[in-house]
Amino acid sequence: MQQSNGYIITFSVILTVVLGLLLSGTSQLLGPIQKKAVELDTKKQILGAVLESSKLNAMKSEEILEFYDNRISSKVVDYEGNEIEKDDDGNEIVAENVDVAKNYKLAPEKRKYPVFIFHQEGNEDDAEAIIVQLYGAGLWDEIWGFLALDTDLNTIEGVTFGHKGETPGLGARITEGSVQNRYQGKKIFDDSGEFQSVEMQKGEGKDYSGDDHKVDGLSGATITANGVNAMLENYLKAYKSYFEKRQKS
Amino acid sequence: MSTETAEVKETKASEALFSKRRKKLISDPLIDDNPITIQVLGICSALAVTTQMQPTLVMAISVIFVMVMANLTISLLRNTIPSRVRIIVQLAVVASLVTLVNEILKAFAYDMYKELSVFVGLIITNCIVMGRLEAFALGNKPYDSVLDGFGSALGYSWIILAVAFFRELLGSGSVFGVEIYDGISSLFGGEFSLATNGLMVSPVGAFIILGLIIWVQRTKTGYVEH
Repeated sequence: MQQSNGYIITFSVILTVVLGLLLSGTSQLLGPIQKKAVELDTKKQILGAVLESSKLNAMKSEEILEFYDNRISSKVVDYEGNEIEKDDDGNEIVAENVDVAKNYKLAPEKRKYPVFIFHQEGNEDDAEAIIVQLYGAGLWDEIWGFLALDTDLNTIEGVTFGHKGETPGLGARITEGSVQNRYQGKKIFDDSGEFQSVEMQKGEGKDYSGDDHKVDGLSGATITANGVNAMLENYLKAYKSYFEKRQKS
Repeated sequence: MSTETAEVKETKASEALFSKRRKKLISDPLIDDNPITIQVLGICSALAVTTQMQPTLVMAISVIFVMVMANLTISLLRNTIPSRVRIIVQLAVVASLVTLVNEILKAFAYDMYKELSVFVGLIITNCIVMGRLEAFALGNKPYDSVLDGFGSALGYSWIILAVAFFRELLGSGSVFGVEIYDGISSLFGGEFSLATNGLMVSPVGAFIILGLIIWVQRTKTGYVEH
């Protein structure tokens, strides 16, 4: 009886339905909690560009969300630097919800670029830093980040990087505070005002404190570093018009 | 002969919750029949996740959960599973459990999820899980199967934790993220700093550590592969 085709098919159908219900049920149940976890993670990364990681880690989840609401205002701009409020279908765009990976597949001129403005509490015009989003490819998989510029729109105040699958201990070190701190105080425009980005160098252990556009590299992770360089260059270039427009006003 | 079987049945009916035989189900896979060092199963994940202690611990807990639950489920269903599709049934059960673990991690430990989700997904292909289902759970009672799964998962866990301990200590100079090397050098007034070994953070490091553990273990137990 147990070997008959009918039994096998019935058994398989029941098993599939039971397991399917179990999984979709869990997914439904945990969905809202997962969404919150993702939101918290994004906001943490954005704040990471302007706050010391030790300070950020000491904060509780609710504190982070509250701090974010009080101190960050966000908008979305296009390649020309103009603010966009509605997408093609007329829906309102929220900067936090812009899917950078999806936009990355479009031509740079067609992407939406979120901007996060770190301001004094209660006064949105009193900006302290402008945070922009970055995205690119590392050695194995995608890498992303947030970069905070000082109000001169030239000096880097801080960066955070994230990655999906860089080699632990090598490329994955871009998430470490000690690596990210190397970008602090570097400049994205040279003295004559030309865009120059900041480049991570090959090899590690040299002192680049005198150079505004170079940071020390990652030993054994040159390809990840190249990915970071390309990501910075592409995205800062794309935000350039916005920086210029903001500078003028 | 007939009396003997009857006797066995009798003792089985009133077998203690942790009888000698059941204790062996748990303790055997720890050393004498360790899934990694003796059976050499589940090596891939032992190499992949063991650069740091914390993700390794999460991985170990996940594997314990998946193995215990999978063994229990398959053992409960053992008399109904058609033998011709048993492998795919086992796979479906294991895959569902693994997805469950992944969803839970995503909701409650998002940082760990980001780091581990790929490897947690790969528990499905961990030969230890399928191996125990096929070799034990299909032919034994639920409680024994749970113990067997727990024992094998524990045997797997302590090995990957041991490997992770040495890899994180020698490769990153820390244990569970606590900077040991920095602590030692500041203890001596910061006159010297201990160098970390980059080899240890690459999978090669895991091979070396694993090889050393197997060497030490086999020297002690005198185990020889036939």
